[in-house]
Amino acid sequence: MSRQSAVTSELPLGGSLPDASGHFDRFGGRFVPEALFAALLQLEEEFRAAVADPRFTSELSELLADYTGRPSPITEAKRFSEHAAVTPAGQLPRILLKREDLNHTGSHKINNVLGQALLTRRMGKTRVIAETGAGQHGVATATAAALFGLDCTVYMGKIDTERQALNVARMRLLGAEVIAVESGTQTLKDAMNDAMRDWVASVDHTHYLIGSVAGPHPFPLLVREFQRVIGTEARAQLLDRFGRLPDAVAACVGGGSNAMGIFADFIPDPDVALYGFEAGGEGIETGQHAATISAGEIGVLHGMRTFVLQDEDGQTKASHSISAGLDYPGVGPEHSWLHQIGRAQYEAITDAEAMDAFRLLSQTEGIVPAIESAHALAGVLKVGPRLPASEAGERPLILVNLSGRGDKDVDTAISWFGLNTAGTATESAVAPPGGGPER
Amino acid sequence: MSTDPGHTGRMLLQIRGQGRGGLAGFLHVGYPTLDISLQALKALTGEGDSEGVDLVEVGLPYSDPMMDGATIQRAGTRALQRGVRTRDAFRAVEAVASCGTSAVVMTYWNLVERYGTDRFARDLASAGGAGMITPDLTPNEAQEWLRVSDAYGLDRIFLVSPSSTDERLRSTVAACRGWVYATSLMGVTGARTQTSAAAPELVLRVREVAPSALVGVGLGVSNGEHAREVASFADLVIVGSALVKTLLDAEEAGRPEDLTGLRAVVADLAAGVRAGPTERNRERSAAVASGTSQRSPGLVGT
Repeated sequence: MSRQSAVTSELPLGGSLPDASGHFDRFGGRFVPEALFAALLQLEEEFRAAVADPRFTSELSELLADYTGRPSPITEAKRFSEHAAVTPAGQLPRILLKREDLNHTGSHKINNVLGQALLTRRMGKTRVIAETGAGQHGVATATAAALFGLDCTVYMGKIDTERQALNVARMRLLGAEVIAVESGTQTLKDAMNDAMRDWVASVDHTHYLIGSVAGPHPFPLLVREFQRVIGTEARAQLLDRFGRLPDAVAACVGGGSNAMGIFADFIPDPDVALYGFEAGGEGIETGQHAATISAGEIGVLHGMRTFVLQDEDGQTKASHSISAGLDYPGVGPEHSWLHQIGRAQYEAITDAEAMDAFRLLSQTEGIVPAIESAHALAGVLKVGPRLPASEAGERPLILVNLSGRGDKDVDTAISWFGLNTAGTATESAVAPPGGGPER
Repeated sequence: MSTDPGHTGRMLLQIRGQGRGGLAGFLHVGYPTLDISLQALKALTGEGDSEGVDLVEVGLPYSDPMMDGATIQRAGTRALQRGVRTRDAFRAVEAVASCGTSAVVMTYWNLVERYGTDRFARDLASAGGAGMITPDLTPNEAQEWLRVSDAYGLDRIFLVSPSSTDERLRSTVAACRGWVYATSLMGVTGARTQTSAAAPELVLRVREVAPSALVGVGLGVSNGEHAREVASFADLVIVGSALVKTLLDAEEAGRPEDLTGLRAVVADLAAGVRAGPTERNRERSAAVASGTSQRSPGLVGT
């Protein structure tokens, strides 16, 4: 432990938390079987060495640029912004989208995956396993495995494989094995259990490539650092373009990796409000939701102490969200900490609100967002009244992480909106000249 | 291991004095039903009619059991579906204790913390429980459990694994009271047709860093012959999946209350730990005692 502390203090990792044993105050930690402890220590040691190694950081930077397509642009959503609630001074916020949807594989997940894939190779391991909810992390992991020549197994809840069938096919196309998990609630949490079980038995040659800022230490640290690039870029892009920092930064929160990625560099800026939007499902009052911080209680799940949706005995409750990627009854421990200290605010967005924002962005900006990201979009439409008056009558800036694109969600949208997939018939076919019965 | 051997440590020292290995059996409370599970847990003890286990592990089912293999997970999931509650674990402990056999609870940490660590310890102690096995709690995160288990005089059994460094073996054993649980395979629970060569190696490593440690070996033992093998190098032979499987089989056959399969496996295992070392094991035990290396693979089950 003392050796680890010494190493921590030498590294240029942002912020002072987690501490050497992986705690964000009371949150986080390593609640894992002893069989995994050595692997967690090895991973942490390798990570700390890697981020201090210029060869590692430059290889990662090159991949992020040449393979992923970073930096991702900032797009001002001008027409979408017209639908936002105004500030107390009557100003319409300017909503700025950080376009992680334009990354290779279609979401922010690739940022973390490339970092961990490089670590896997550095540790001499030949296989990666991953859990996935919406399938975005699974696709990103399968992609990196193909790129690095690693064996890849992805665990996915059976229910999720059904609602995200396109991503299952993509993973298989990329050469990964996809296991449909039938235990428990057959969603992300159960996929994580099975991946953990696999890892306990295969840790000698396998790296568990966790896709969120969740799980035992060092994952919340490591994934935050690999996603930090989102906020680092956005901060510089806003300073360059607007000459100032945003008034608010917002993101959706399931496990919370895209949110930690965009929050991290803004945490030290006290005038930048941070908003995390959780999946409110059918409404918190119905119990059918995945709003862990808004409606959960502190507990231990998947190796971390954090907010958990749990019953009176501490059994994990099933979560619900229209978005598979947010359908998780836990949350990254750093979010629990940011909530506890009041640095970030967490609010629930219902399925209906998210789907409205999903359609609104599609039809005002020509950008089809992931339903996960649509929760953040719905949230920022509402925050205007709580924004402080900005200087010199300037409209406030809200930076939103558009964490992924919505191609994978088209089937969900078809059934939600009752979209007609047959195409509208021509008028002549519907109503031939001379009159039909309708005329 | 703390200087106080604890309830289960004293028992294991007595058993060692009898020149045999101890036997621990795991079953869930609540499967196949609460009532039948209480009968099954009592059946593990032999109930005075026959030889049984020396220690009962009362498993308290959890929704996200990341250390459990398919067999134990299946039974635990069904117990939860049938409404088992945390408080039922204390009824189970009481039932076992009424047969004069030691009982420990084995469960995942969130259930304990949620019940209240202090309250859990109090209720466990007043039910006659000897302590607790914590598969997802290592001493690193156990400050509260260390304090509370001291306050109520409960044994605390942590796990070690083949991947544990010598340093971690030493510190984990030091935090235990009673005995230390050596997981013999790099894997989750489940009955196997042969036990792992990793087990004797791990026990040897534990004894090298902590010569007075009492060591239980689990994960993989499924019959009397395995039990005999493991008893030759460990203080306690732990059996879980092979016992749970008899209950799953009984339910499958439409007779969930039928414990004859369970009793037969228990009798076989109990005979196994009393059979004394095999010829090969005798050689190995002598080598362990003299400190010569046992790191050749394939000693067990080959």
